[in-house]
Amino acid sequence: MIRYIRRAAGCCLVLLVALLLNAARVQVFQADSLDDNPANRRKNIVRYDQQRGNILVDGKSVTGSKDTGEQLRWERTYTQGPLYAPVTGYASQTYGTAFVEAAEDDILSGTDPMLAPLPFWTDLTRKQQPGGNVATTIRAAAQQAAYEGLGGRRGAVAAIEPSTGRILALVSSPSYDPGTLSGTGRTVSDTWARLNSSTSQPMLNRAIRQTYPPGSTFKIVTAAAALDAGTVVDVDAPTDTPDPYILPGTRTPLPNEASGCEHASLAYAIRVSCNTVMANLGVKTGLASMLDTVGRFGFNDKGIRIPSPVAASNFDKNMSDDQLALSSIGQFDTRATPLQMAMVAAAVANGGDLNRPHLVDSTTTKKGGLVSQTAVRSYQQAMNPATAMQLQRMMIDVVENGTGGNAAIPGVVVGGKTGTAQHGVGNSGVPYAWFISFAQKDGAGTPGVAVAVVVEDAAARRGDITGGGLAAPIARSVMEAVLGD
Amino acid sequence: MTDAPPPELRLPKRRGVELCLLVGAVLIAVLGYCATGLGKTGTAPPDALKYGAGLGVLALVAHFAVRFRAPYADPLLLPIAVLLNGIGLVLIYRLDLETPKTQAAFTQLTWSTLGVGLFIAVVVLLRDHRVLSRYAYVSCAAALVLMAVPIFFPAINGAKIWIRFGGLSFQPGEFAKILLAIFFAAYLAANRNALAYTGRTFLFKRLQLPTGRVLGPIVAIWLLSVGVLVLERDLGTSLLFFGLFVIMLYVATGRTGWIAVGLLLAAVGAYAVGSVEPHVHSRVADWLHPFASIEAGNGPGQLAQSLFAFAAGGMLGTGLGLGHSILIGFAAKSDFILATAGEELGLTGLTALFLLYALLVARGYRAGLALRDPFGRLLAIGLASIVALQVFVIAGGVMGLIPLTGMAMPFLAQGGSSVVTNWIIVALLIRVSDSARSPRPATADTGQIAAVVERDLAELSHVQDQLERKQP
Repeated sequence: MIRYIRRAAGCCLVLLVALLLNAARVQVFQADSLDDNPANRRKNIVRYDQQRGNILVDGKSVTGSKDTGEQLRWERTYTQGPLYAPVTGYASQTYGTAFVEAAEDDILSGTDPMLAPLPFWTDLTRKQQPGGNVATTIRAAAQQAAYEGLGGRRGAVAAIEPSTGRILALVSSPSYDPGTLSGTGRTVSDTWARLNSSTSQPMLNRAIRQTYPPGSTFKIVTAAAALDAGTVVDVDAPTDTPDPYILPGTRTPLPNEASGCEHASLAYAIRVSCNTVMANLGVKTGLASMLDTVGRFGFNDKGIRIPSPVAASNFDKNMSDDQLALSSIGQFDTRATPLQMAMVAAAVANGGDLNRPHLVDSTTTKKGGLVSQTAVRSYQQAMNPATAMQLQRMMIDVVENGTGGNAAIPGVVVGGKTGTAQHGVGNSGVPYAWFISFAQKDGAGTPGVAVAVVVEDAAARRGDITGGGLAAPIARSVMEAVLGD
Repeated sequence: MTDAPPPELRLPKRRGVELCLLVGAVLIAVLGYCATGLGKTGTAPPDALKYGAGLGVLALVAHFAVRFRAPYADPLLLPIAVLLNGIGLVLIYRLDLETPKTQAAFTQLTWSTLGVGLFIAVVVLLRDHRVLSRYAYVSCAAALVLMAVPIFFPAINGAKIWIRFGGLSFQPGEFAKILLAIFFAAYLAANRNALAYTGRTFLFKRLQLPTGRVLGPIVAIWLLSVGVLVLERDLGTSLLFFGLFVIMLYVATGRTGWIAVGLLLAAVGAYAVGSVEPHVHSRVADWLHPFASIEAGNGPGQLAQSLFAFAAGGMLGTGLGLGHSILIGFAAKSDFILATAGEELGLTGLTALFLLYALLVARGYRAGLALRDPFGRLLAIGLASIVALQVFVIAGGVMGLIPLTGMAMPFLAQGGSSVVTNWIIVALLIRVSDSARSPRPATADTGQIAAVVERDLAELSHVQDQLERKQP
C-alpha cells in the first residue's frame, strides 16, 4: 500500500506542477497580450483614474479634467474647444485620441517613462505618474484672429514663425467642441455620428489633413525652381511667352485673367499673376528640376509630422509637358495642405532655409520639470538665398503694387501671393481663395510670421472668390496679431 | 519517599512550533487586512485590531483543543488552515469594498467560527478515527440523502445544490464528500484483498476484474452519487468524486489496469456528456475559446475576465486593494476568488497559496504513510486527495487549464458549507496524524465492517504476503 500511496502522491505533485506552469503561462508569458486585449478594461480604468495632463497655449491651459465618479473617472474638458480643436484634437474615452492629444498621449496620460524620477522602481511598485503638460507653440492672439477671420466659413489658416518653424496658428473651420466626445454613452456616440456625417466635416483638420489645389500661390514655387535652375537669370527680363500660351503637344490655349502677360518678365508675371508665363517657365525648367524644388519645399513627403502626421502635398512625378504646364500654375494634380503653403512662404521669408514646422514647444512633468524641448531643425534648404531674396522682393511687390493689396499693414513689410484655384470637372466647382504671405516689422532682422489662408466658400458669388478679396484680409489680421504682441 | 519514576521516552510533540506558526498565520492575515485598507482608501481599517483578535482567539482555542486532545498531531495542519482561512477573509473583505450592497466578509467569519467550533468538537469528541469505520454504511446512506435533498429545492444559478432555510443557504453536497470518503475508506479497507486478488482475468490475462459481489456495491454507490450530481448539474463535485474514487481504489488495490480502464471510460463519458448536454458543452466551448464572446462583439465572458485578472497581476501583483478583479462580476467572491489573489498578489502570491495547499495535502499523505491500519491510511489519503482535487479542479478551471466547473476553493472562497467542511477535514487529518505520530501502540483493529467475501480472506492475505515479498 505504501508504494501506491507514494504514487498517488506523485500524481498530486503532477497536478501541482501543472497548476504552477499554467499560472506562469497566464501571468507571465501571455500577460502582455491579455493586458492589451481591447475587451480588458483595466488599462482604461487606470488611464482615467487620474487627471490628464494639460495642453498649454501661451502658458495657459486650454484643457482640463472633470471628475465623473464613474468607473472611468476623469473626463477631458476644453476651455475653448472649437477654437483649439485642430491643435488639441480630442481625448475621448470612447473614440481614443487625435492630434496633440494623440501625439503626446504618453506624456498627458502619465505613462511616459521619462516622467518618472526612477523608471525601474516605478515599474516595480506600479506607481502611476501624474500626467505631464504639453506647451504648444500656438499664439492665442493669432489663433483667435484666424478663427474670427474665417468666421465659420469653410477654410483653414496655418501660420509659422519662419526663423524657427514654430506653428503660431492652426485653424480649421467649421470646427467642433472636442469636449462633447470626451465621455462614454449615447450622447457621445450620437455626437460622434452627427459630426462624422455632417456635410461640412467639422472634424476634418483642414490645415494639415486636407489638400487643395494651390492655384496661383504655387507660382512662387515655380519661380523658385526657374531661378534656381537658371531658366530665368534676370527677373525683369522679358520671357519668350505668347499670349495665349498653347499647351505643348496640344491645341489647347491657356488664357490669362490678367493683361499684359505677353512676353512679360517673371517679376511682372508674379505681380499680376500671369498663367502663361509661369506655365511656360515650368515647362522650360523641366520636370526633373521642378520635382527637385517641390521636394525641397516638402511636397510628396508622407513623413512630415508636427508631431501629428501631415497629409502629403502632391506634385505628380510622371507628366507630359502640357500636364507640367498646368501643374506649374498649381492646377492639374497639384495639391497642397494649407500648412505646406505656409511652409513655402516661410522658406522664402527665411532666406530659403526651411525649418521643420512644429506644434509642441516642450513637455513637462506636472510639477514643471522639463521632459523634452523641441529643437529648431532645418527641413531643407528650399532654394538659394539669392533666389529667396528675389522672391521676397517680388512678393512684397504683389502686396504693394499687385493683387495682394488687401494684406498691406502700415509700418510693416508684407509680401504675399494670391491664388484662386479652379477645380472640379470643367472648373465647375466653387473655386478656393488662397493667400500666402509673410510680414516683417520695420527694424526686425527677419520676417516674424508666414501665413497661408484658404477659404472655400460656397455662399459667395463666384466672381467674389479671389485670394486677394477673401483670404488676404484674414492673413493680414493674423500677421497683425503676431507682430502686435 | 518513593523512587522517581524512570524517565519516559519523550517524543517531540511540536505544539510550540504549531503555536509559533499560528501567530505568524494570524499576523499575515491581519497585515493583509491592513494592506487592503491602505491600498483602497489610504487608511488602515479601524477594526483591524478587533479582526486580528477574533482570528487569534479562534486559532488559540483550536490550538488548545489540539494540545490537549491530539498532542502528537502534525504541527503544520492547523496553521495552514488558519492562514488560508485568514487570507480568504481578507480577499472577501477586499471584494466587499467594491460591492457596498452585498457584504460577505462577516457572514464568512461567522461560518469560519462555526467551522473552528466543529473542528474543536471533532478533535475533542473523536478519540480514535477507527470508530468511524463502524459507521461506514450509515455514512454512505447519509451522503446519498444529503446529495439527493437539493433536488427538491429550486435551482440557484443553474445548479440544484442548495438548501434554503429562511435567509441561510448551504450545500449539503459539501458534507457528503467527507461521508463518502469515510465509506470508501472503510469498504476498501475491508475488501481490498478480495478486490485485488479474486475474479476473472480479461485481455490476455493482463486485466483482472474482481467479482461483481465485491466491486458491485462500491461502483453502484459511486455511479449513484455521480448520477445525482449530474442531475443537479454540479459537475465539479461529480468530477471530484470520480477522482476520489479512482485514487482510493488505486491506493487500496494497486491495480493500475482498472485505473486506466476507469479513466478511459470517464473520458468517453465526459466527451459524450460534453457534446450532448448543453450546459457542459458551453463550458467546454468557453474553455477552448475563452475570447469567443469578445470576437462576437458581446464583451468578455467570465473566464476571459478571470484570465485578464490573472494577467494583470503579473509577477508581483498589483497589491491588495489595487486590482480590478471585480470586473469578473458574478461569483467573484466564490468560484473566482483565486483571480483576486492572482491579480493582487501576483504569481508570487499565487505560488505561495498553491504551495500551502500542497503542504496540507502532503501532510495528509504523510499521516497516511505513517499509519498502520488500512482504514486510517485510506481515510487520510482520501481526505487529503479531496483537498488536492478541489484545488486542481477550481484553480485549473478559473485559469483556463481545464473546463470550468463550479467549486469552492478550500478555505478561500465565500461559502459557509465549504469552509465548515474543510475545517472538519482538517480536524480528521489532525486526528489521523495524531494516531500516526503518537507513541501509543496502535491496536490492530481492522475490519470494523464485515468484508463481503469473508471466507477468502485468510487465504488471500497469505497470497498477498507472498506477492509483496517478491516485489522489492
